[in-house]
Parts: sequence; structure tokens; C-alpha cells
Amino acid sequence: MFKPIVWLLCLAPLAWLVYSLYRDLGVNPVETVTNTTGIWTLRLIMITLAITPLRWITGINQLINYRRLIGLFAFFYGSLHFLTYFYLDHQFDFAAMFEDVRLRPYITAGFTAFVLMIPLALTSTTGWIRRLGGRNWNLLHKLIYITACAAVLHYYWKVSIKLPPTNPRNYGILVAILLGFRIWRHFARKPASKV
Amino acid sequence: MLIKKAADLRESDVTPKELFLKRREFIAAAGVTAAAVATTGLGVFGVTAPVEAQNPKAQKLTDLKKSPFSTDEKMNSYRDITTYNNYYEFGLDKADPSKYAHTLRPKPWSVVVEGQCGKPGTYNIEDIMKYAPLEERIYRLRCVEAWSMVIPWIGYPMSELLKRFEPTSRAKFVEFKTLLDPKQMPGLSEPALNWPYTEGLRLDEAMHPLTLVGLGVYGEVMPNQNGAPIRLIVPWKYGFKSIKSIVRIRFVENEPLNSWKQQQSQEYGFYANVNPTVDHPRWSQGSERRLGEFFRRKTLMFNGYGDQVASLYNGMDLRKFY
Repeated sequence: MFKPIVWLLCLAPLAWLVYSLYRDLGVNPVETVTNTTGIWTLRLIMITLAITPLRWITGINQLINYRRLIGLFAFFYGSLHFLTYFYLDHQFDFAAMFEDVRLRPYITAGFTAFVLMIPLALTSTTGWIRRLGGRNWNLLHKLIYITACAAVLHYYWKVSIKLPPTNPRNYGILVAILLGFRIWRHFARKPASKV
Repeated sequence: MLIKKAADLRESDVTPKELFLKRREFIAAAGVTAAAVATTGLGVFGVTAPVEAQNPKAQKLTDLKKSPFSTDEKMNSYRDITTYNNYYEFGLDKADPSKYAHTLRPKPWSVVVEGQCGKPGTYNIEDIMKYAPLEERIYRLRCVEAWSMVIPWIGYPMSELLKRFEPTSRAKFVEFKTLLDPKQMPGLSEPALNWPYTEGLRLDEAMHPLTLVGLGVYGEVMPNQNGAPIRLIVPWKYGFKSIKSIVRIRFVENEPLNSWKQQQSQEYGFYANVNPTVDHPRWSQGSERRLGEFFRRKTLMFNGYGDQVASLYNGMDLRKFY
């Protein structure tokens, strides 16, 4: 089993941040922490979304064993990203934060992406899968599709001062491919359902 | 690595003694720095590089006049000021200009003066640097992206420069343009903005005593990434107004179209006065992160220079003229 390796890989960005904290986080450390945790949240979301298509393509069904772990790490980095913002921008002031969420589309998108991950993280245990039933659980966990789209929008709207914003655009294309795959599969699979 | 046989080694291949000793010093110094960093722990958030981190090759500027306009706030380090820059002609990342601006050649340099003035022409930077006594002005700089620094600029009042060119009564605005040379500026290959970078001021803004011809920082000539050899500094406006590496000054009757307004006019205007009550469409301008500080601080009207400049905008709706 490769679980220890997945753990190590997922912890590497955090390890880099902690190491940099003692060495050098750059001229704007808050920005470095925010950007690093943010981009790794997005990357890990992309990886969890890629696992199902990869199973279809490669036939390696064991990949599913790592999806929950990587998804939880996405939530972990998302939480760090959110807490950095909530603490350093708003000093844990709920009213100020909600005002920000209400007024600024990129914050609205980011907040949506994060909040929708909370039920997924909470119901990630085997006990919850049993309690909800596989069908309901699967349905609930389709929320990750909305999270992925909202996360890309959040990124795109934040950096669009830099033109052309190639990075967010590429993540947008990636999400489109990963979700498009599922739509295509959904329709393509129907006639072959007797298999 | 090439491993030479002993027979191939010559006396000259051995590290010279003084270099070897320097290395020892360096290692010792590195140890001290590491210890200092370790003991400060989270203090890295308030990181300030020592002053000796300046560029040893840069020409020093001395005999600087002190200015009553200087703030006594804690200055940002030389490293903060020279490695965290928005200068898209050298790339879009904050660290790009410090990495790539070495290709800029600030010497020889001349500025073309044209338009509604009595003395149009081409002026050398060496002459321009002598038009008035150099002053140190420690100003706040507030970027439109909601971060800020305190910077010890060197220069002299823009009015001293512009008066020499004898603007006529028809000159109502001044337009400035940055160098346009793809050989010196790798970022020009990206259509990030409509090059060359263009900015403008109303003539009374340009002649205001706070408006500076920027020629240096931290006791030396302007580093390339900060807009060598000559730039504009307007401390009560967002940083993008303070155009870098100026090659053209034009006196005009009508309001010039500045690059960022041309790019996204619903987000960036001509005036661009620092104003905590008028938000950027995508983020708040009510607060800012001063580099080196942990939490955000409140943004001041006109970046704290309201007493000096508010009268320039009497009767104007600053929501409309953002």
C-alpha cells in the first residue's frame, strides 16, 4: 500500500512552509502563506477529481483507496487558507468577514468553495457512509464539483489584475476536462449498461 | 563535477588564502544570522534585512537635504523595497523585476520634453540630476493592491524640473512615458498592458511640493527594478501613478489616458488618489497590509497627506473621479 507515500507527498507543501518560516518566507510572508495554501487546496481538489477518470482509463481500481485521504488534505489546506484570511485579514471578526463575503465576488466564491467542503469532510468516515447509504453519500459528495468550479472562479477573479491570467485559466480548463469526462461517461455508458 | 588527478593540479588551482579566509568569515556570519533568526523565531514576520544588504556597485548619493515632509515611521528594508516590485516590463510576479531588470541600461539616458512648453528638447540624466539639490524624502507608498511600504526616496520636487521647461498657459496636464525597448525589457513580449506604460497628472498636481522626481533610494541611485534612472513619486496616489524609467514628458491640454485606465477603466481611473472610502470593485481599499506587519492597518485618506493635498480636489466628487 502506498498510503504512507501519499501522506508524505500531501504534507510536503506544509513542511516547506514550516521550513520557510524559519528560513525565509519572503518580503510578504502573509501573501506567501496565503498563496501556498490556496494553490495546494486547488491542486489537491484537482487530484481527487482526477481519480475516477483515471480508474476508467487505466482500470486500476485501487486508486479509489487514496481519494478520501487526498480529499481530506484538500480540506486541510483549504482550512489553513481560510484561517489565514479569517485571522490575519479579519482577526476572527465574523461580521467583518461576512461583509467581505457579501461584497466581493472572489471572496464569495472562495468562501462557497470552502463551506461546501465541510460536510464532505464530516461525512468522510466509514460510519457516515453506512449511515447515509452509498447512494445518498455519493450524491452529497457531488458537492465537490461546485467546490472545484467556485475555487477556480475565486482564483481567477483574484488575480485578473495580471493579464492575461494564464494560471487560473489553465485550472479552469482542467476542471472542464475532469467534469466533462463525467458528463460524457454518463451519456456514453447508457447503451452499454447491460454489461 | 570534474575530478582532476593530482598530477593535473597546479598551485593556482588551490583556493587563494584570502578567499579561503573570506569564506570562513562568510560562514561565521551566516552562523550568526542563522542564530539571530532562530532566536527571533516568529519574528521573521517582521523581517528587516540589514542596511548593508544594499548594492555595493551602485553609485552612492550623498549630501542629502532632510525634508519636513518625511515621515518618522519605521522604514521598510532595502530588501523589501528592491525585491517586491510591480514593474510589468520585467514580468508579472513581484520578484521578477529584481531578477530580470539587470538588462535595463540606465546609462546613457535622456528624456524627451515636448508639447505646450517654451523649452522642448532632449535632456541628459546627468544634467537632470543637477537641476536641484537632492533631498531624502521618507514617504509612505500605498499600492492599489492594498499593501504598503515606507521608503526613503531621494530626489527633488518635480516642480523644479518642470519649471525649467517653461510650460505655457495651455499646458493643463503632464503626460509621462516609460521606456519601450523589448531588448532591455523582456516583459514587453506579454501584452499585459498597452505599452509603453503611460501616466499623467494635472499640472497643479505635478507642481505640488510633495510630487517628487525620484532619482534614488536608501542613499544610492535608483535600482533598475525601482525605475532607474528617473521616475515619478506621488505619495498620495496609488503606486501605479508613480511611473518608472521615464523617457518622455509631454505638456498637454487634455487629460492623458493612463495605461491602467485604458486597460480596465471601471477599476482604475486617472486620479487614483488613495481613498479608503472608495473600494476597488474587487477588494476593499479601507485597509492595507504594511509589509513587515502581521495584521492589516487602516488606510488613510490621501495616504495620510490630506493636509497638504486635499485642497487640490475641492468640489470634486471623488467617487466619480477615482
